[in-house]
Amino acid sequence: MTIDLKTVKHISKLSRISIDDNKAKKLSDDLNSIFKFIEKLEELDTEKIEPLTSIAETNLKLRKDEIKSKNIREDILKNSPEDNKDFFVVPKVVE
Amino acid sequence: MSNIIDLKLFELVEKIKKKEISSTEVTKAFIDRSQKSKKLNSYITENFENALQKAKQFDEKPDFNKKLPGIPLAVKDLFCTKNIRTTAGSKILENFIPTYESTVTQNILNEGGIIIGKLNCDEFAMGSSNETSFFGNVQNPISENLVPGGSSGGSSSALAAKLTPATIGTDTGGSIRQPASFTGTVGLKPTYGSCSRYGIVAFASSLDQAGPMTQNVKDCALMLEVISSYDNKDSTSVDFKRGQYLKDINENIKGKKIGIPKQYRVDGMAKEIEELWKKGMKIIEDNGGEIIEINLPNTNYALPTYYIVAPAEASSNLARYDGVKYGFRSKGENLIDMYEKTRSEGFGDEVKRRIMIGTYVLSSGYYDAYYLKAQKVRRLIKNDFDEAYKKVDAILTPSTPSSAFKIGEKTNDPVSMYLNDIFTVPINLAGLPAISIPAGHDKSGYPLGLQVIGKAFDEQNILNIAYSIEKNINFKNNINDWWIN
Repeated sequence: MTIDLKTVKHISKLSRISIDDNKAKKLSDDLNSIFKFIEKLEELDTEKIEPLTSIAETNLKLRKDEIKSKNIREDILKNSPEDNKDFFVVPKVVE
Repeated sequence: MSNIIDLKLFELVEKIKKKEISSTEVTKAFIDRSQKSKKLNSYITENFENALQKAKQFDEKPDFNKKLPGIPLAVKDLFCTKNIRTTAGSKILENFIPTYESTVTQNILNEGGIIIGKLNCDEFAMGSSNETSFFGNVQNPISENLVPGGSSGGSSSALAAKLTPATIGTDTGGSIRQPASFTGTVGLKPTYGSCSRYGIVAFASSLDQAGPMTQNVKDCALMLEVISSYDNKDSTSVDFKRGQYLKDINENIKGKKIGIPKQYRVDGMAKEIEELWKKGMKIIEDNGGEIIEINLPNTNYALPTYYIVAPAEASSNLARYDGVKYGFRSKGENLIDMYEKTRSEGFGDEVKRRIMIGTYVLSSGYYDAYYLKAQKVRRLIKNDFDEAYKKVDAILTPSTPSSAFKIGEKTNDPVSMYLNDIFTVPINLAGLPAISIPAGHDKSGYPLGLQVIGKAFDEQNILNIAYSIEKNINFKNNINDWWIN
């Protein structure tokens, strides 16, 4: 498996991270050496093994669906990059 | 009286309780030394003035029943602290001021602790040398231009340099134990589910755990007692009866069976580390413990598994940094362009690399071959430990395959950097507790650590074994304050 420039561009699109061409080459080299390293797992036969998705294999606890924090609009908006008292602001999405 | 900064955490607690010293005196002493130690770059954010006020308030109305009565502590900048900037070492959170407190730091505050600052770390805890931080490299107080380890590198540096009497870090693949080993300090990663993850900037949620970093094992027991708690705000928090770790600490290890995994004898490991390991085994035998060779046959597959599971979870966790609700935002021509530029400019190279690995292994057509495969191998690794623990009570290994390296030495080769965590990563994959304690020096005089791995929720046992080793080794850190003029 090699990760060529086209694949790097595709992953960068999926990750929503823009990558310029200079960096894409270096990134492709890095990713190839990392994938060469992780492909060691192919040696193992895991057909009958159950995947381990969580180490704490307990049932999740249920709780009542209650509102615990009220009137925290100011707190929530406090760190938003574009100042606004009522909403999060994004570039125009609908023409 | 000896210098305040030279006292152990538990001694400071006793002296404050006996009114021999005040919280203000202690807080001032650590702040003064921190101010003289800027060259180490251990801090990202200082909270000195506020801390002095808190110390004064404590002295006016002291509560000596607390476990950390008026004790100043600096913590890793991965814990959200209400009204104190929290960056995770990233440009994307450069100006983020949380409006809530992480459970672990809340536990410290509840026990009378005072936060004096936020400590440097690798960006989003991704790194083994603190070189991926947006806020610059951190110096190891052992020697100039030596890395302090990572990702909790600011924590290990500040602790070894005595800028804080103890600290806390987080450990996803070794980020507490490796920096502890590199700086001659003690670091413990608790069992997954022991410390709440609520309010900790998430990296890989199935692996992340907070834990204490201290000068000695007794301090470590005290700090664990403070920070470990059941928390319904973290769905993976486990409701078990937590120990009185400090009160019950005990150096008697008679009859304990300690496993030595032969797979941890890796090629090219320094001779000094092999000798250190033997020294550890001898101490255990001399104190009535029994050494038993064990098999962890899938050890070699732990790092490749980790470098699928951790980036996969990271790519999902870090999707929230989109420039909309908080954090850095770059200008874009439209919404998508804004996302892409924000994330490209806001994240550093290592973080981008890991997000991209994670995105790829989760993407359609590759999920089964990489992510599902890794989860299956993770099961095999956990089974190895389950099998071993039928025969032994704990496991002894070196903490790292080498001592601390120079700044810049490994930055160009990600895989060689990843190999630093070869002895620590399997423990996170299996969710077990493990402690690193300083046990010797290499030929350059740099510290080396031994790791004691326990059964799940058996923290008291590994603390006791570590305590016994500590007493017999009598390790001394060689720190000459080279960074202070």
